[in-house]
Amino acid sequence: MINFVDTLIEKKAAEEIVGVKASDSKYIFGKLANAGELCLNYDVTLLPPKKYFLPQRETVFKFKLGDKPSLEPVAEAKSTILIGVHPYDIKAIELCDAVFTTINPDPNYLLKRDKATIIGTDCLSPNPKAFCASLDTATTESGFDLMLTDIGDSYVVAIGTAKGDKLLKKYAKTREATQSELAGRDGQRKKALGEYKVSLNMSPEEIPGLLEVSWGSPVFKEKSEPCLSCGSCVMVCPTCVCFDVQDDVAFTLDKGERYRQWDGCMLVDFAKVATGENFRDDKEKRFRHRMYRKGKYLQERYGKLGCVGCGRCALACLAQIASPAETFNLLKAS
Amino acid sequence: MGLENPFLPYLATIKSTVELTPDVKLLRVELEDAAIRGSFDYKPGQFAFLSAFGEGEAPFGIVSLPRHQDDLEFAVRQIGTVTRALHELEPGDTLGVRGPFGNYFPLEDYAGKNMVIIGGGIGMAPLRPVINKILEQRDNYGNLLVINGARTPQDLVFRPEFQTWMEAPRTQLELTVDRGDEHWGGRVALVPDVLRELAPSPDNAIAIICGPPIMIHFTLAVLKGLGFKDDQIVTTLEAKMKCGLGKCARCNVGDKYVCQDGPVFTLEQISQFLEQP
Repeated sequence: MINFVDTLIEKKAAEEIVGVKASDSKYIFGKLANAGELCLNYDVTLLPPKKYFLPQRETVFKFKLGDKPSLEPVAEAKSTILIGVHPYDIKAIELCDAVFTTINPDPNYLLKRDKATIIGTDCLSPNPKAFCASLDTATTESGFDLMLTDIGDSYVVAIGTAKGDKLLKKYAKTREATQSELAGRDGQRKKALGEYKVSLNMSPEEIPGLLEVSWGSPVFKEKSEPCLSCGSCVMVCPTCVCFDVQDDVAFTLDKGERYRQWDGCMLVDFAKVATGENFRDDKEKRFRHRMYRKGKYLQERYGKLGCVGCGRCALACLAQIASPAETFNLLKAS
Repeated sequence: MGLENPFLPYLATIKSTVELTPDVKLLRVELEDAAIRGSFDYKPGQFAFLSAFGEGEAPFGIVSLPRHQDDLEFAVRQIGTVTRALHELEPGDTLGVRGPFGNYFPLEDYAGKNMVIIGGGIGMAPLRPVINKILEQRDNYGNLLVINGARTPQDLVFRPEFQTWMEAPRTQLELTVDRGDEHWGGRVALVPDVLRELAPSPDNAIAIICGPPIMIHFTLAVLKGLGFKDDQIVTTLEAKMKCGLGKCARCNVGDKYVCQDGPVFTLEQISQFLEQP
């Protein structure tokens, strides 16, 4: 594995080799300087790999001001190899793909996405807030170019695409997996399923229907009471895709750019219009909206649930109210 | 880069501006590219984003009718930073236009029906092309009642057209203001009260309503009292919008994206999500 990654870094110098690295006591996706930095046995990263396709801030186009303003489209992308993406994040990328590459394809996203190679790794030590086992997102059969599973002294690799196959053949030392190694992989996955501390008291298919009848439930008010409207839950979410668009003018005042940046429905001004009207002016409405986005609206629009159970929101939430699992379970119980 | 970038506006030129009220300007806008100008088709109720480069972009209903003119018209109320910049534009100045977006008022479906159109303040903007379309094909529709309310007489947005509207056959225009002035001889009353007094019949009728949330709230109550059903009441929603493409999710109200599923909705489609003012 070390050799594979070091060879990639060495031979694919023109490409960004990104992987999971330790950062203080947490993990992040970042550019790898060498294979030694790569941590494949991690629980969860602070931010999801979504940032490589939908960056925190990106230029949409540049403009020149003056008597005759002109526009210049900007779409930049570097080839990127992402190493160590967990199955739930791969599922989340599949949802982002549905959002950005289906109706009205988004060129900025597409360009970055097309140039990305995803090397996944099975999550064998889930974080304490994750509930992937309840959402069928603990493992995935699609969405990756390669998928690694640590079976102790070696990795079992599943090949998802021709691109992944080519990469593997060219840069890694591989051989056909034995039956016992494949059984070892299944055993690892099965063991990991038992490690999840949070679970849903319903099947994922039941969630949209549950929300359908829960609009007036007092659960939203009770749960949202301690909300700080800080937006942490939506900023760390791998399926949150909302963005704001703004103009920025250079200090010379003759040019500028239009950019987009992450935004989130839990922030107070998200639905506020210029007249001062705010369509979700209290935290109960914002909290409910987020739960409906995660459990119903995205499912109806794209056929995929808007939550993959990664637990990042719950880990980030100072008020300890953000986990969709908790709210869905409460709604189910009430 | 192969794919057309839907975030890139068309460049356009201000042809002329008209001060409709102290804070509303009509912008007449010509798309610079003749081919795009010729193919830019739209229907009453659709909207477009206007860009004041350097300040940003905001959505506005297109208040003109297609085919009448190549110019697009927008009634822009100065309320925030983008609209302030748009108000500063002068004939010859460049701006950006992105659109048309959204659905439209299904006027073909309303053929033969009595139309009740209720607008408050700048809420009259998306209703103007509806009224003008109905008047253009006057025989296709039943009676037309327009109730237009504003804060003061000066704030009635489409004053220059009132004479035409009033003189059209089977058309009644009722103006009302919250506060009159020394020249005002008309009604001083709230829109819902005027509606209650006029009491149009719900039989074979469609009510289209647009205005501030508080007006919508009380007017809906009166319409329901008159017997209008939720599928007979149509509105066009305003929402925070950033892309118009169903991506940014700013305009997500309930399960609807205003930019994709709207902005035109029947009350039946959205009654669950209309928050109480």
